[in-house]
Amino acid sequence: MSKNLIEVEGLKKYFNVGGGNVLKAVNDISFSIAEGETLGLVGESGCGKSTAGRTILRLYEPTGGSVRFNGTDINQLSPRKMKAMRRDMQMIFQDPYASLNPRFTVTDIIGEALDIHGMAGSRAERKKRVEELLDMVGLNPDHATRYPHEFSGGQRQRIGIARALAVNPKFIICDEPISALDVSIQAQVVNLLKDLQDRLGLTYLFIAHDLSMVKHISDRVAVMYLGRIVELAESEELYANPLHPYTKTLLSAIPIPDPEVEENKKRILLEDNGNGPIHSAKDGSAGGGLFDLDNSELVEVSKGHWVSMPNKG
Amino acid sequence: MEANQSSGISTPADLKPDDFRKIGTDEKQAEIIQRESISSWRDAWQRLCTNKMAITALIVLLFIVIAAIVGPYIAKWVFNYNYYTNDLLNTNQRPSAEHWFGTDDLGRDMFVRTWMGARISLIVGLAAAMIDLFIGVIYGGVMGYFGGRVDSIMNKFSEILYAIPYLLVTILLLVVMEPSLPTIIIALTITGWINMSWIVRGEIMQLKNREFVLASRSMGAGSGRLLFRHLLPNAVGPIIVTVTLSVPNAIFAEAFLSFLGLGVQAPVASLGSMINDALTGWLYYPWRMLFPAIVISLTMLAFNIFGDGLRDALDPKLKK
Amino acid sequence: MEPILQIKDLHVSFQVKGGEVKAVRGMNFEVGKGETVAIVGESGSGKSVTAQTIMRLIPSPPSLIKQGEILFQGQDLLKKNNKQMEAIRGKDIGMIFQDPMTSLNPTIKVGKQITEVLIKHQKLSAGEAKNRAIEMLKMVGIKNAEARFNQYPHEFSGGMRQRVMIAIALACRPSLLIADEPTTALDVTIQAQIMDVMKEMQQRLGTSIILITHDLGVVAGMCDRVIVMYAGEVVETGTKWEIFKNPQHPYTKGLLRSMPRLDQKKGEPLIPIIGTPPDLIKPPLGCPFAARCDQAMKICERIDPGATVFSDTHMARCWDLHPMAKEGQSS
Repeated sequence: MSKNLIEVEGLKKYFNVGGGNVLKAVNDISFSIAEGETLGLVGESGCGKSTAGRTILRLYEPTGGSVRFNGTDINQLSPRKMKAMRRDMQMIFQDPYASLNPRFTVTDIIGEALDIHGMAGSRAERKKRVEELLDMVGLNPDHATRYPHEFSGGQRQRIGIARALAVNPKFIICDEPISALDVSIQAQVVNLLKDLQDRLGLTYLFIAHDLSMVKHISDRVAVMYLGRIVELAESEELYANPLHPYTKTLLSAIPIPDPEVEENKKRILLEDNGNGPIHSAKDGSAGGGLFDLDNSELVEVSKGHWVSMPNKG
Repeated sequence: MEANQSSGISTPADLKPDDFRKIGTDEKQAEIIQRESISSWRDAWQRLCTNKMAITALIVLLFIVIAAIVGPYIAKWVFNYNYYTNDLLNTNQRPSAEHWFGTDDLGRDMFVRTWMGARISLIVGLAAAMIDLFIGVIYGGVMGYFGGRVDSIMNKFSEILYAIPYLLVTILLLVVMEPSLPTIIIALTITGWINMSWIVRGEIMQLKNREFVLASRSMGAGSGRLLFRHLLPNAVGPIIVTVTLSVPNAIFAEAFLSFLGLGVQAPVASLGSMINDALTGWLYYPWRMLFPAIVISLTMLAFNIFGDGLRDALDPKLKK
Repeated sequence: MEPILQIKDLHVSFQVKGGEVKAVRGMNFEVGKGETVAIVGESGSGKSVTAQTIMRLIPSPPSLIKQGEILFQGQDLLKKNNKQMEAIRGKDIGMIFQDPMTSLNPTIKVGKQITEVLIKHQKLSAGEAKNRAIEMLKMVGIKNAEARFNQYPHEFSGGMRQRVMIAIALACRPSLLIADEPTTALDVTIQAQIMDVMKEMQQRLGTSIILITHDLGVVAGMCDRVIVMYAGEVVETGTKWEIFKNPQHPYTKGLLRSMPRLDQKKGEPLIPIIGTPPDLIKPPLGCPFAARCDQAMKICERIDPGATVFSDTHMARCWDLHPMAKEGQSS
């Protein structure tokens, strides 16, 4: 495998939720992504996967830990260097309705990054580049002067992808890019992302709650639960041989579009004991949810397959 | 053509084998957008046009503004009156062909004075609203955008200011300073901008967590770009509505102050001071109170209805 | 099976600026007693509009019921006035919505929201209603039902609220339950629990269910029959076995092909359906799917196909199923 493009080490992001309570949205996660690889990050709502993505891009300042891009710790960069670094790291957002400024035309949405980084010489060059990008994501360049609300969800998500590609990034965080789209459109967007990866050599962090789609697109998958990674493995291995009880529950809960499979399926259910990720100052409760995650660590059980295990002793 | 649901496929008589020839799907064809392109501003304008009340209000407002501009000139050209020309032989006259709105106790033409008064009232209202807009947007924008400690300190300050009864502040100010047009405008804006700043603050706070703002940040956009290209343009609807609704408030406040004798001083007249002057003999000369009262009521009503119409037209929640 | 609900040639439109969006264009289907029927389709296909029209929940204007009949236990719901509909809603037909966060009144205790329905429709006394409500809460799997009865919705998690919604919808033992995307807003592990609750409730109470969803996985796990909607029309209906094992309409086939499956080998590409659904302000003259269909023929753009019947339960509407289609291609 080629060298690591992204190295996340001990990343933490805590939020003060008032009353001295702390929400440990991202609680000490570490992983690396090789150049050209896709790492899937799955988990249910509130597990901190989106916060993790935003903290990696330094849209939120981390509480602790480091993120290295090509060996450079981006949290040590000056604002000017950080701005230049943003050309290499981009993001595709979940909600194709909220992620495009309703007052901008498509040209302005895609061209904004070019303006910020002074990459569009003349107006004509800018227009040409925007049309090129629209064509790349399979949209009609004639629609460049239209406003976002005139497009369907799938088309808007393509605009979001074109915006991310405008600055020729190396690494893109896809934050649930398909969960707001219709089934028939999801495959279009996923295929587009894969095609762009092949053509442009992109590296992805693919955040989602839909495990079947994550498995399809990712080389490796990390499962997050209450701010931590509980299992990380090659995607085939993870689905064939899940080890952590949470991963097993998650896998068994996915409905499969096949009545035969569904009729013979046994579900593993988790009881919700109400322990969220909020660490209370009052009773000092750990907030580890169902598993004693505060006293667990990731252990490599077989090559490349990491599972969170309780500490011995 | 509706397909029938009977069992077995319907076969129109004229089907030819050629009809069943395969055609390729053209991907681009499937992506063509059919509806005509429309910007959100034009969309709002079209929605406003369907609101008959709001359009009527707009027409009334335009009429009042035009009358306030040209009304006094008409009287000057036609009858050669000024708003301070007195004619002591013709005091307190009924409306007539010569004096359309009658005359007052000094024999001044009420038509000229009413429109001059309307002019003063509109100037006060618009100027106060513009200053509110200017201060409120900047103050509220800073509060909302930076949040945190900056926000809580600035917000506390505006709350304290708001807690002082505004009439008290205004009266004090007018007593200290010479009552004049600028003084009144300053007095009205000293607390008037707070409402606007709160509206802007709320809008910005809501907008700054939207994904398109995050997206712009992730591309390296700075504070200026975020505030002036992304946040404020998207808050412009509520801002316009607030301005529109604050104009009648200022007009009414000015009329009220004039009524108390704290407003513009003679010989300049505002609608409020005219009503005040007419109070002494209103049972005998009702027209002296009637015309200014009608104009001020119409102005305020029209501004309020138009503002409501704007709110409906600009409110994105009603958008499909 | 005796149908409890029959929809006949239903057309529903929405008045919008610049025209009329023809959201439902000739719906026909039946729901049998104790049966679970899924209506699947993407957003804008008219599935939710159909559900809300049955409940008569869409205000008119902007919606216009152009024509058709909705026969519920033999009576046409479209001929009922507001008062008569109120008596039916909640009593004979229950409904659960997509978002459990907003479909409960936040200022009223959970228990009271259930007893209200019972007191209104079944004229129970407060005490009887309370017993019944607690029984319902237990039935949908809420532990500590007696204590939970006196709590407010914000004290419940999303999955728990959806359970409460099911309890409210089924409190009067309606003969039909309409579930409009009941699990879409929930996490997969919670979704699995809610589906189990619904199945169990159906077995106990014998309720017929119309399940509106876009998730074919949920359909495979829960339903007896499936209605596939596209652009306001029914394009295929069949039992779940027929739909999943032997789909006939290119849209159904396309949907199944475009979904990744957990048991799929890596590297198998997804086959997407190209393009986007038609704008129903100007519905196409012929088959609505023609523009996105890889099997499209000349006739598809001209005439909307009729039904081809494969079995008592299986029907699809596509010109490719017409006997002349094979001839046309060989010539």
